[in-house]
This record gives sequence, C-alpha cells and structure tokens, in this order.
Amino acid sequence: MNFKASLVGIAVAAALSVPVFAADPIRIGVDGPFTGGSSPMGVSMRDGVRMAAKEINAKGGVLGRQIELIERDDEAKNERGVQVAQELISKEKVVAAVGYINTGVALASQRFWQEAKIPVINNVATGSIVTQQFKDQPENYIFRNSANDTIQSGMIVKEVVDKRKYTKIAILADSTNYGQLGREDVEKALAAKGLKAVAVEKYNIKDVDMTPQLLKAKEAGAQVVITYGIGPELAQIANGMVKLGWKVPMIGSWTLSMGNFIDNAGPNAEGAMMPQTFIQEPNNARRKSFIEGYTAAYKVDRIPSPVSAAQGYDSMYLLAAAIKQAGSTEGPKIKDALENLKDPVEGVITTYNKPFSKDDHEAITANIPVIGTVKDGRVVYAYDEDKKAGGQVRTKAN
Amino acid sequence: MEILLQLVFSGVALGMIYAVIAFGYQLTFATSGTLNFGQGEALMLGAMVGLSLAGKVLGGPYLNYWLMIPLVMVFGLLQGALVEFVGVRPAIRIKSEFGWIMSTIALAIIFKNVAENIWGKDDLKFPSPVSEAPLKFLGANVLPMEIIIVVGALALMAAVEIFNRKSIYGKAVVATSNDRDAAGLMGINTRQVITFSYALSSMTAAFAGVLIAPVTLTGATMGSVLGLKAFAVAIIGGLNSGIGIIVGGLILGIAETTTGFYISTGYKDVPGLVLLLLVLAVKPAGLFGKTAIKKV
Repeated sequence: MNFKASLVGIAVAAALSVPVFAADPIRIGVDGPFTGGSSPMGVSMRDGVRMAAKEINAKGGVLGRQIELIERDDEAKNERGVQVAQELISKEKVVAAVGYINTGVALASQRFWQEAKIPVINNVATGSIVTQQFKDQPENYIFRNSANDTIQSGMIVKEVVDKRKYTKIAILADSTNYGQLGREDVEKALAAKGLKAVAVEKYNIKDVDMTPQLLKAKEAGAQVVITYGIGPELAQIANGMVKLGWKVPMIGSWTLSMGNFIDNAGPNAEGAMMPQTFIQEPNNARRKSFIEGYTAAYKVDRIPSPVSAAQGYDSMYLLAAAIKQAGSTEGPKIKDALENLKDPVEGVITTYNKPFSKDDHEAITANIPVIGTVKDGRVVYAYDEDKKAGGQVRTKAN
Repeated sequence: MEILLQLVFSGVALGMIYAVIAFGYQLTFATSGTLNFGQGEALMLGAMVGLSLAGKVLGGPYLNYWLMIPLVMVFGLLQGALVEFVGVRPAIRIKSEFGWIMSTIALAIIFKNVAENIWGKDDLKFPSPVSEAPLKFLGANVLPMEIIIVVGALALMAAVEIFNRKSIYGKAVVATSNDRDAAGLMGINTRQVITFSYALSSMTAAFAGVLIAPVTLTGATMGSVLGLKAFAVAIIGGLNSGIGIIVGGLILGIAETTTGFYISTGYKDVPGLVLLLLVLAVKPAGLFGKTAIKKV
C-alpha cells in the first residue's frame, strides 16, 4: 500500500513537472513610445524586435516554444510606462521584457520589473543611471544594450574638444529627465577636460521658439552647440540658428540621427554629428541581411531610427540566448544566464561575447559606437577611417 | 540693443499668434457669454487640413499655399458651427452655467483623437510658401513668414471688426453682444448669431493654424499649449477688448523671449503667468476690459 501510494505520488509529481503547456508560446513584453515625438525610435525598435522574433520562431523558437511579443505603447509618458509595466507583469504574465526608449519612463517603470524578478533589457534608453537604479540590491534585473550617456557625452566632448579644439561650448538640453541627465554628463565630461560651458540653456518639449536660448549661446561666443533632446525640438534649434543667421556646428547625443529631426530641419540638419552604435550601411553580411530584411519588411528606404532598430533586434537575440541557456522561463534563471552567457551572440551592432556580468549590465562599451553625421538627409559615417573599418565588428572591451 | 530688438521681434511674432487665437475666444464670449475651449484644436485642425491640401501628407499637394487658405477658412467656419450646434446650443437652451465648458473640452479631445487617427501623432513639416532665409531689419533677423504672421493676424482681426461694424449681419452680432434679450425682441435671430460667432471664431483659429504652421511644426498636439496661452492672453487683455488682446499677446510674447534671455530659459513661462495672476487679483476684467456689473 505504501509502495502504491508513493508510486501515485511520483506519478502526480511527474505529471506536474512535465511541461504540460509545452506548446504554449513564450510571452515577452515590448514597451516603447510608438506615437509622438519619440516614435521614430520606438517604432524602429519594435520593428527590429519583431524581425528578430520572427527569425527565431522560423528556426523553431526557443526551448521548442514560439516567442509571442506583447507590445504596448508607453507614449513616452512616465505614468503610462508605469501602467504598462504593471499590466505586462500581472495581466500578461510576460517572462521578460525588452524596450524602454525614454530614460524618464525607464526610471519610473523599472521598479516593478525589479520587484517581480523579471529581467528587462533596455535597448534604447541611454540615461547613465538606468542600469544603476538597483545596483545596491543583491540582484539587479536591469540590463542594457545601448550606448549610455556617459559613453555618449564622453564621445561628444572628445569630438568637440580634442578633435576640433573648441573651447567655447554651449549646451542646449530639453527639460525632460533625458535632457537634464545628459546635460549633467556633458558638464562632467567637460569638467574633466578643465572646461566649463559658456552657456547652458533649457527648453520645453513643444517649444516653438528657440530664439532666447540660441541668442544666449551666440552672445556667449559659443563656437559649437551640444544638444541633448529629441527630434522635433532639435529641428527647431537647427531652424532657429538659420533664422538668427548664426551657423555653428551642432554636435549632440545620438538623437540627432532621428528621422523627425532630419525631416523637419531639412537642409539645416546637414552636418549635425552624433555618436551611433549602428549606421545603415551594409558593410558586413550580418548587417546586410538585417538592413535588407528591415527595408523589405517595412517598405522603407531609410530606417526611421537605425540605431534603435539594430539595438532592438540584438536585444531579442540576447534574450533568446539567455532563455535557451537557462532552459527555463523563470526570471531569476534568465537573469543568471544573461549575466553569464556562454556562447557569443552574433548581433548586428557587435558580437556579444559575455556582454554582461554580475556587476556589469552594460553590453556596449565606449569603443563600440562611432561618430555619424547627417548628409543628404541620411546618417552616414562622419570619418573615412571609420567607414573603411566599418565592416569590422568592434567588440566589448573588458 | 540688437539683441533686445531680436528678442522683441520674436516676441511680437509669438504674441500675434497668441492674440489671433485669443481673438477667437472674444468673438464667442461677446455674443453668448461662452467660450470654445477647443480653440487650440480648431487651430490644429486648420493647420492639418491646410497641410493635407498644400503638403504631401494625403497624396497632395493639391493647391498652393495661398489658394488653400480660403478653403481652410471655410472648413473653420463649418467646424465652429458644428461645435456650437453640438456642444454649446444645448447648454444655452437649458441655461446651464457650466455645461458648455465640459462639452467644448470634450469636443476638443475628440477632435484631437480624430486628427491623431487621420494624420498620425507625429510632428510634420509644413512647406513654407516664402523663402526661409531670414531678412535683416535694423540689425536683427526676421523670417519672412513671421512678417506674414503679424500682418495676416492684424488683417484678419481688422476684417472681422469692419464686418461687425459696417455690415447688417455684423450689426446683428454687435446687437446680440450688447443685449441678447433686447436683440431677440428686435427680431434678430440670436441663436443664429451665436452659431455664426462660433463659426467666425473657429475660422480665425484655422487661419492662425495655417499661418503659424510653417514656422512651428504641425501635429495633432500643436494646439493645446497655444490654446492655453491664448486663453491667458484673453484674460490679461480682457475678454471684451480688441486692443486688449493685441497688447496682451505682445506682453506675453515679449515677456517670454526676454525672460528667456535675461533671466533664465527655465523660467520663461513664469512672468506671463505671474501677470495673469496679478491681473486676476487687481483688475479681473482684464487690463483693457470693461468691468461688467452683474446684478443678482
């Protein structure tokens, strides 16, 4: 009898532990602004993620299961992001998430992922503190595969100060978390070179007139304007400079590559420079197939935000690799796998060879991005040597 | 000096944008004592319709900029009449004190959502009908389009004023604003006059929309901030003074640009709002408004 009972027990346990829902898809949350001023980034990111998920599913999915994306629009609003995070966690029961374009939204929403022990890969948000938010906790569920603002501001300052030898620098940043945190990073990077900006100005999203900000920069004798903002207002800055008849180089964060900056500023956008992890240039086989796949699937010639598309695409592959290695969809196991990825993941931006560790949740290091510039309405390599070497994959410096 | 001039020029252009929208608030307030809180959205719709006709968004361009303006104004007339018919008339009929506030705000939200569905939520570029190269004027730079904004806004306000004073229909409007009940007893169809004032008000907003679109960006959300600031201008200047809103607009516009330069760009919206509070505390009818005596 005893033996029988234990047999039944074993059978029940086995029945429970066997993945009864083996054919169920793996649900992954995708959060980003698909509407509004940040939408070129959000939509490109989402389309990149979709592309990667489709490719992975075509090859049989992960752990024998298909990937199902649960996409939500956070409208670049902090409060909306918080709602989305809660919905994805409690109602949609996703096992992990990729996304977050806006630093402010990421900072407001990540708490919920951290508490639920569900890993998030930030594939676009760049604020330096995004991955540091829960650094003091024993486990950190926040990862990133975009170039953070410390890297970007360092590159911008290097370009402005070391390469071009400018000493009088103006900073124009929007009043969002993104703009103001970025401004702090730029100021820090300048201070490290013993410089101080001659004008530091602020503007609001939807401002239609940039005259006072630009006049202050002009009167301070600025030789260059460093920007930290998003597309539409950056276009107002470029247009405002032309109105004042004042033309100095515009060098800023990677958002100067956004389609809605280039389109709305038109010829005034030409020559703007920014750090880029990815430039739409088919210079190796992996990138070629990515660009061809994207432009064919979404019927565009120019990806609205190539950086976001590439980072979105790569983030999905990183996550899939982690789930595969973990052999499970439990948050803590996926997190452990991300922190210790055994096989290199060949992405579009780079080949991720041990991209994360317990203490380092940043997949991109300062040696990976290059400086891009706007030319004839597209973002291209700013320097020939980068273009020539563009086909070589720059990998993470440890 | 040049800098001050530059700031004043930019402020004047900005101020005239506010003034022409505020003018729309006045038109309906005069006849019916109600306001269209969707004034900013009327401006946005005007700009979007204009962009669809003169730009590439919906397969155009069908017309050039100047020919498109009359069509947009007709659209504005119809849109304003619709707002009155759906949102305001029922409230006036039942003598509701606040019904029209909620209904015009509700309509504004609906218009914004419709626009987001038709044209998307992105900011679009409105092709400029004139050169985008600045002109030098007394050492400061001015965009040709900014001159057109100032001239166009003044011309439109003057045209509506002349219409109201000289034509028989306009006199009906003035009579209704002076005393709605008496005008009704004199055989004026005051209900139609109110509808007409709403139509005129949205027409000015739609016109303002196509005027400013080439210098700002065009999108479903362009109206909300402008509508709000124009409301502040209407309060500062006085809801029944034509000169008041022009002065109010200029004060707010110039205050924004000069504060931005001389104090801090982070505080550029503050002086205008402080002024608004001061006016409300000291002279609630507005700087140029006639104090209304309400007998209870």
